[in-house]
Formats: sequence, structure tokens, C-alpha cells
Amino acid sequence: MARMNMVQALNSAMDVMLGRDPRVVILGEDVGYFGGVFRVTDGLQRKYGEHRVLDTPIAEGGIIAAAIGMGANGLKPVAEIQFADYIYPGFDQVVSELARLRYRSAGEFHAPVTIRTPCGGGIRGGQTHSQSPEAIFTHVCGIKVVMPSNPYDAKGLLISSIEDEDPVVFFEPKRIYNGPFDGDAHKPAVPWSAHPRGEVPDGHYNVPIGRAEIVREGKDVTVLTYGTMVHVVEAAVRALGVDAEIVDVRTMAPLDVDTLCTSVCKTGRCVVVHEATRFNGYGAELVATVQEHCFWNLEAPIQRVTGWDTPYPHAFEWEYFPGQARIAAALRQVMEEAE
Amino acid sequence: MTPRSRLHVPSPPARPGQEPDFSYVQISPAGAVNRPDVTAAARDIENLSVEMVRVLGEDHRAIGPWNPHLEPEELQVGLRHMLLTRLFDDRMQKIQRQGRISFYIKSTGEEAVAVAQGMALQPGDMLFPSYRQQGLHVVRGHNLVELMCQCLSNTRDMCKGRQMPIMYHWGKGNIFSISGNLATQFPQAVGWAMAAAIKGEDRIAASWIGEGSSAEADFHYAMTFAAVYQAPVILNLVNNQWAISTFQGFAGGEHRTFAQRGPGYGIPGIRVDGNDFLAVYAVTQWAAQRARQSGGATLIEHVTYRAAAHSTSDDPSRYRPKEEWRAWPLGDPINRLKAHLITLGEWSEERHAQLHKELDAHVSACWKEAESYGTLTHGPTLDPLTMFEDVFKEMPQNLVLQREQLQALRSAEPDLARPAPPVAQEG
Repeated sequence: MARMNMVQALNSAMDVMLGRDPRVVILGEDVGYFGGVFRVTDGLQRKYGEHRVLDTPIAEGGIIAAAIGMGANGLKPVAEIQFADYIYPGFDQVVSELARLRYRSAGEFHAPVTIRTPCGGGIRGGQTHSQSPEAIFTHVCGIKVVMPSNPYDAKGLLISSIEDEDPVVFFEPKRIYNGPFDGDAHKPAVPWSAHPRGEVPDGHYNVPIGRAEIVREGKDVTVLTYGTMVHVVEAAVRALGVDAEIVDVRTMAPLDVDTLCTSVCKTGRCVVVHEATRFNGYGAELVATVQEHCFWNLEAPIQRVTGWDTPYPHAFEWEYFPGQARIAAALRQVMEEAE
Repeated sequence: MTPRSRLHVPSPPARPGQEPDFSYVQISPAGAVNRPDVTAAARDIENLSVEMVRVLGEDHRAIGPWNPHLEPEELQVGLRHMLLTRLFDDRMQKIQRQGRISFYIKSTGEEAVAVAQGMALQPGDMLFPSYRQQGLHVVRGHNLVELMCQCLSNTRDMCKGRQMPIMYHWGKGNIFSISGNLATQFPQAVGWAMAAAIKGEDRIAASWIGEGSSAEADFHYAMTFAAVYQAPVILNLVNNQWAISTFQGFAGGEHRTFAQRGPGYGIPGIRVDGNDFLAVYAVTQWAAQRARQSGGATLIEHVTYRAAAHSTSDDPSRYRPKEEWRAWPLGDPINRLKAHLITLGEWSEERHAQLHKELDAHVSACWKEAESYGTLTHGPTLDPLTMFEDVFKEMPQNLVLQREQLQALRSAEPDLARPAPPVAQEG
């Protein structure tokens, strides 16, 4: 076991997979010699060579398309898109090609591509370095969508993604690369070394795709969340003193309906929290799923706490960010309505 | 042995700790390249895309057919704009290091591109810059205070706090809004130019892209549409050798020049010494005249060097020799124009030092004023409720509701948004 932050854990996952499987290749802008703008691929080119860890031209559509071609020719490409905000030039390649290659060729062709991309705000990135576009990708049939909330899950889920025979879009909440963030930007940063999930095995292990995790057990209300918001929710729940069960969804698609709905049926109340915008956000899918399975157990309307339906503003990111105060307000409301 | 394929991976000539090597940059002597008529067919002037248009010689004199014969006063204005751009950049970088703005991008070493081009174009021409042409705003007289206020996201910020620093726009000055996403402006400029042609206007468009981002499909869209409709547009590719950590070979510059892509689309390509103020001015004038006479688009490759880091989040000593910029064979655009003016007897070291002092004081005064309108860390800031404006022309119901929610929350939790320290990271 070692202490790792999320950057190191992701690096370790790729290191393990490059070492174990000669089919694994890494590609992306600045990922090779430089080691990535967030240092996630640091040292991998030095260790595995320029044919396993490739710098690419600045062309996200080209990166994803080339990864599909490599995947179709027997490799297991891990493509980095430098910011999730930059993924859109590759969107057609994801939606029309990567997601449907297996289907349209009746299983004769497929491309086991993993697309890694940093997402989320809180780093003064403004409207083009802060987005959380996970819902857009969950709407596409044929790709899996993952977002870890800690180093242990990040490594285990990335290994599972690379080993998966289907394409995976792997979102990395960049605000928690170096430490869990509880939503209060004024507090000094907390490193992962102080967190139990900063303990990461050196070697190979899997965190399965399609499984949520209960990060706090409780009996009064279930909070469904993922990514950075897991830590913000934990802090809000602590501050409010409510006995909430917090579920880290971890995999947006496929969704672990059992874990989520068993919890909500038990507590009878539900709050959904994500950083992405609200309208038709991933929370809508969670709410619909819970409603279908838990309607007769619900004691209050399900609440959503999300980013506002605007682009992510540079100057007002903490007014935009669905922080502890808004989560607490939703928890209070769902508890009051239940009485 | 059976022949088999092998993956080629471009490698820059020098990495940290190695001697800089720019022997790959093909340079024509000043004055050596012909200046064809602006009506020449693209296929007849393909040599312009391989050779390098240069006007300023080693002796600091202007020679050859591309000499734009500018008056000394115009050259002095150009020098002033370039120096102001550099001092502005230096100041903003310092301010970022002090934590007073979140991010900055300098244009050091590339000032001639924006400044000479801005001067060669007409005020009504529409400009679609990338994030390294702040010189265009300087040339067109955009008050530095306004640029600084944008970087500060303060109460006078033209972007109302929505964009990262340097993502300026200026409707009145005919400068388009800068996007954080690369290359998108290139085909948009072509569309703007098509509209000008549809409306029968005399105005043309110009856009800028880096050699790195010319790998995006948007470059191809721009070239194809510009060629198909012979749009009145100047498409500038600023080849500054580095795209964050990847050198120009990764954008496809190993085998042909970037300018040579022009003839491939049926568009003239001109390769110019991007640090030669006079040469940049002259080729821009040529391309503008051609566009205004229904001759269509021109692709200009500006060969220059990104002397500073990509941005304040970047550390180039990790991937290129620290002193590489000193070895850049095309020198520094400000020094070269200054030397030319001195050679003409129209400038002196004393006047230059005086100008430096004057502009530095101007930047200081602008900063003092800009700061008085608020900073990200100490306010005042705009009302955060403004974030719901301009998503649509008329605010839809869901946003009206969300604005009310935030307002209520702010009354209940006045501490909600104490300004936090800026921590931008970016590629």
C-alpha cells in the first residue's frame, strides 16, 4: 500500500496496465515527454517509450478517431482529452462511431477505448475549463461513463475501464486531484494522505464498473452524488447533523440501480447532488430511477442540488458551485416535508 | 528482411540541457523574394509559401520589393504599440504572480504579428484573434484599463466576470470575442467574410490561429469554405514553434511549411518572417488588397517564436532549453524595428529609454485605475446575480427561479461567497 493523491493513483493505474498488457497505449496532447498538463502521465513515456505513450497533434476529434482505429486493430488505447471542455470536437467520433461500432457491425468490430478527461470547476477556469458534461455522454447508448471521487477508486476504476472491452468515458474531477475538497475554498487544502481512500495498493486491482458505494450509512435520508460533490455532501451532512446515507454513484452508466434504490427505499427520502447544470442533468435520470423503484416508500419529493443553468462563470464560481449551504437547505427541506 | 512499417514520432531538435538548434528553419535573405501582383493566380505564386518574405536586412535597412515604404512616423507608432503590448504583458504576468489575477498569457516575441497586421488593416475590418494577439487591441486603441478590468473580473469587466483573463472582446473596435476553445474562430471569420461579400461591403475579415491548433478540423473547414467562396479573409497561422510542450513537428511542420497548405486548397500561401515588422505589414497589405478586389483569401504563415511560457500555468523549462529564445535566428521584433529606425536616423537609445519610461508609467496609471474598480480577491465585484443574464436574450423561467434562489441564499448566508484566492490551472 502507498499513499497516493488522485494524480498518482491514475498514473499508477496506467503504469500497471502498460506493464501488464502490451496492447495498452496512451495518447493525447502533452501526455508524452511533458507528462500531461496535470502531470497524470508523468514519467510513463520515459518508462515505456514513444510508441506506447504518444504526444498528439492538437485535435480532439483526431485523437478519439485515431484511438478508435487503434482499438479496431487490437490495441487498448487510453486517450486523454486535456479538459472535458475540449471534448466536443471529438463528439461525433464518440457518439456516431465509438459508441456504435460494435452494434452496427453486429459484433464484428469494436474499439475498447478509454477516454480520460478532467472535469469540474473550482479552479478559476471560467466557462471553458470547468464543465461537467457527463450527462451528455450517458445519453449515448454504447458507452460507459465513470467518475471516481478518490484515489483508491480512481485507480481501480481506471484499470477496470482499460480492461473493459467496451468504450469508457472516464471523468476526473480535477478539483480533487490533490486532495478532497469540501466546498469551502477558504479553508487550507487538505491532502489525500489524510484520507482513508488515499491509501492505494501499488499493484493491480479492480473497482468494478457498474457498482455504487455507500460512503456513509444513515437512516433518515439518502444523498445520491459523485465526484467532487461526495466530499461536499459529507461535510454538509456533518455540519447539519442529519443521519444521511451518502451513496457515491461512481458509475453513471451502467447505473447500480440496486444499491441506490435499496438505500432510498430504506430511508424514504432522497436528495440528488451534482456540480453539472440542472436542466436535463444526470440528476434527472437518478430522480426518475428512484421514483420508478421507490415511489411507495418516498415520504417527500426528491430534491436536486446542482450547478445553475448557466455557463460556469469565472468570477462567481463559488456562487455557482452547489456548496454546503445549498445542500444543507435541500436536506432540511426534504426532512421538514417528511414530518 | 521483410519490409515493415514503423511509427515515426517527431522529436524537437533540442530538449532541456541541450544546445538550441534552429537549423530546421529555412530563412531567405531579406529582399530576396519576389512580390507578385495581387491578382496573381494561387498556382503561379507557390514559391511564396516555401521561401520567406523578409524586408529588414542584417544591416537594419529595408530592402526588396516587399518594402512597404512606411513613413518614419508610422514606424514609430508601430514601435510604440509593440513596446506597450510587451510592457502590458510583463505587468499583467507580474500581477498574476502576486495572486491578483487568476491567469495570464503573454505574447512576448510575437508582438509584430498583431501590431503590424492591425496597422495594415482598415478600422472597419473584422478581427477574429486567438488568445495571443492582444496587440490588436492596443493598435485599435482599446483602453488598457478595460483590458485590465477584464483580467480582474471586476465591476467594469466587459465579460461581466464570465471569462478567464485575456478572453477579451470589443464590438466597437471590431474585435471578436475570444474563445477558450482552440481554432473555432478560424472558420467563423470566413463566415463573417462571406456575409460581407453577400452584402457587397468593402470590409474584410482576418483571423489568427497557432500552428498547434491548425491540427483541429476547424482549420480545414476554414480553408475549404474560404477557397470555395473566395471569401475576403486573411487567415493567419502564427507558427511560434511551440504548442505548450509539443513543438511544431507535432502539428505537421516537419515535411512542408504551414504556408504550403494554402496552395493545396487553391489559396495563396505566404511564409513571412513574423519578427520583421515591415515584412508582416507588407504581406498583410498585399493580402488585404487582394481580398478587397475579389481575389479571395490568403493564408499567411508567420514564422516566429513563443519567447515566454504558454501561460502562467506552464513551465517551459521542463520541455525545451531554457535559453532557447536567445538562439532564435529571427531575433526580437521590437529590437529589430528599433535598430531600423536608429539606422534611418529617426530614433535613438535615449528616445527609446524615454518611451519605455513613458509607457511603463502609462501602464502603472492604467493599473491603478483598473484596480480601483475592484479585484477578484478584494472586490468590489459585480452582483453575482448577473450570472443569469445573457444566457438568453429573455431570461427563461428556470433561470428567473434560480436567480431568486441564489438571492435568498445570499441573504441567509452572507458569507457564501467571500472572495477566494484565485487558483487557475490551465494547459
